[in-house]
Amino acid sequence: MPSISSHVNPAMHLAPGLFGEGLPKAATREGWGKALVEIGQSNPGLVVLSADVSGSVHTHLFEKAFPERFVQCGVAEQNMASVAAGLALGGKTVFFSAYGVFSPGRNWDQIRVNIAYNDLNVKFSGAHAGITVGPDGATHQAMEDIAIMRVLPNVCVLCPSDSIEANKAAKAAAARPGPVYIRLSREKSPVYTTADTPFEIGKMDVLREGKDVAIVATGLCVHEALQAAKKLSDEGIEAAVLNGHTIKPLDKKTLVEFARSCGCVVTAEEHQITGGLGGAVAETLGEECPVPLVRVGMPDQFGQSGEGWALMAHYGMDAAGILKAAKQAIGKKA
Amino acid sequence: MSAPSNHPYSIQALRLKANDVRMDIIRMLLPAKSGHSAGPLGMADVFTALYFHSLRHDPKNPKWGERDRVLLSNGHICPVLYAALGEAGYFGKEKLSTFRKFGSPLQGHPHLGSLPGIETSSGPLGQGLSQACGMALAARMDDKKRVFWCLMSDGEHEEGQVWEAILLAAKYRLGSVIAVMDRNFIQIDGRTEDIMPLEPFADKFRAFNWRVVEIDGNDMESVVKTLDEARAHALAHPHSPPLMIIAKTVPGKGVSFMENKYQWHGKPPNAEEAQAALAELEKQRADILAQKD
Repeated sequence: MPSISSHVNPAMHLAPGLFGEGLPKAATREGWGKALVEIGQSNPGLVVLSADVSGSVHTHLFEKAFPERFVQCGVAEQNMASVAAGLALGGKTVFFSAYGVFSPGRNWDQIRVNIAYNDLNVKFSGAHAGITVGPDGATHQAMEDIAIMRVLPNVCVLCPSDSIEANKAAKAAAARPGPVYIRLSREKSPVYTTADTPFEIGKMDVLREGKDVAIVATGLCVHEALQAAKKLSDEGIEAAVLNGHTIKPLDKKTLVEFARSCGCVVTAEEHQITGGLGGAVAETLGEECPVPLVRVGMPDQFGQSGEGWALMAHYGMDAAGILKAAKQAIGKKA
Repeated sequence: MSAPSNHPYSIQALRLKANDVRMDIIRMLLPAKSGHSAGPLGMADVFTALYFHSLRHDPKNPKWGERDRVLLSNGHICPVLYAALGEAGYFGKEKLSTFRKFGSPLQGHPHLGSLPGIETSSGPLGQGLSQACGMALAARMDDKKRVFWCLMSDGEHEEGQVWEAILLAAKYRLGSVIAVMDRNFIQIDGRTEDIMPLEPFADKFRAFNWRVVEIDGNDMESVVKTLDEARAHALAHPHSPPLMIIAKTVPGKGVSFMENKYQWHGKPPNAEEAQAALAELEKQRADILAQKD
């Protein structure tokens, strides 16, 4: 079926066999963990902090490579955020990581005052974010982290969609002055980008061209959106797929351009539908280009235990749910 | 660059300077119409001892790399910090009257970047010590000898994060960190021991593998001696248990109707009260001058 691949943007250099079972899988936390070691090799001023979960969030790789530049804070996320601020005030570029529900969940105040208000060079990831953390249940499913970070002045918010992109996101964060929040997943997901796929903070990537509906997705929902677009194409509907890896600063220009050309928009994220990518897109479209919008995400509920991808399907955040939302959005067009 | 020599202030001169700082505080709070009175007045002696005797710093070069770092964790007592910085020459003293006003660099709680001499933003309690620890770790990684002063309140120790930082400072043996606690026994809602008992305070720090010194925080001689010894130890033993100086102070010190009254924790004097306060401080000034040093 040549029409499908012909719509995939060649400039994105996506992996061959984009929809095949043979696509390798990895978790975004893996790409992040490797990036820290790589950045640490060229930047002697890089310091990494952990709150007792260095194995889970892959900061143990940095600890092994540079033990003298690793600070183990114990189960104390609030202290970790403020210690990170102190290190940055002392001239360091600081990375820290814990589970998203605890960081930035528990230490929001410390991030707000010590890191964001001071506008410091601190880059922090919320790992195990989203519903795909699965069996741990609602307490451990960070579904609000994008919202609570997006409202903080000076904080850039990234949500990479695969392991390779997470690696690039960590490096881009290190190179960018000021605070950066990076959302990561535990679950392995298809590595659909390549080393050649462009990544620029603040730039929405057009993965697939389409004229009927624009799907803006972030994190693990991006590959799901591509799959939905493939199925829609089989039905004669051409969906544009935009990778919204940067939730803040949002690429309003690209968003509005596609909202105009497609006439309706779908957002997709494993996050509450309020406050996250969907919220950011709704704010922009409401002010600059009001078109029908359908938001895929958690509808103001807490999650539950279950296998990650089964939960994605249950809450309609998978390809099938995005497909359904796309049709709804198209149906709302005047 | 060599260290700027400490001003050769006598104990009497330091007491006079503390008296200046107290008057500055009253004069700042009156036009501000909001802010905290008791804590700043109580800590005037400690801040004066720091900025006019013990600190290694250069008010004309506030970013000097080798300076001692002073973090005010309980940001709400910033009138005393601003007054000390102004008296020390970090900025023109005329700015003090703009405290809490629109467009002023003297924000209601300290903001990094707004005013020279501020090392970090603060206000939400319990976050300063953690940042002092981070700074000390950075200095250790860079093999630099520095001293990190963290000024704290007693009530702030009700925040759990403080104890997280205390654990970390002990773990990494951050001997370059000197915490100075304003032990004035008051907080907004009442006496600390009624709101949330903190005693036995010193024993708690010892149990957490800190060193502890308890002093009268309004006795200039004792304050100066303690701060000097603490600083010397911090420089000589950066890899040792950190130090907590529990400075027992009288909240509202110097203004009789404010002293030891928790009701003065978070309110400024009105015009009549300010006049009475300044009159008392003027009298104390005369008393200090009359004393033989």
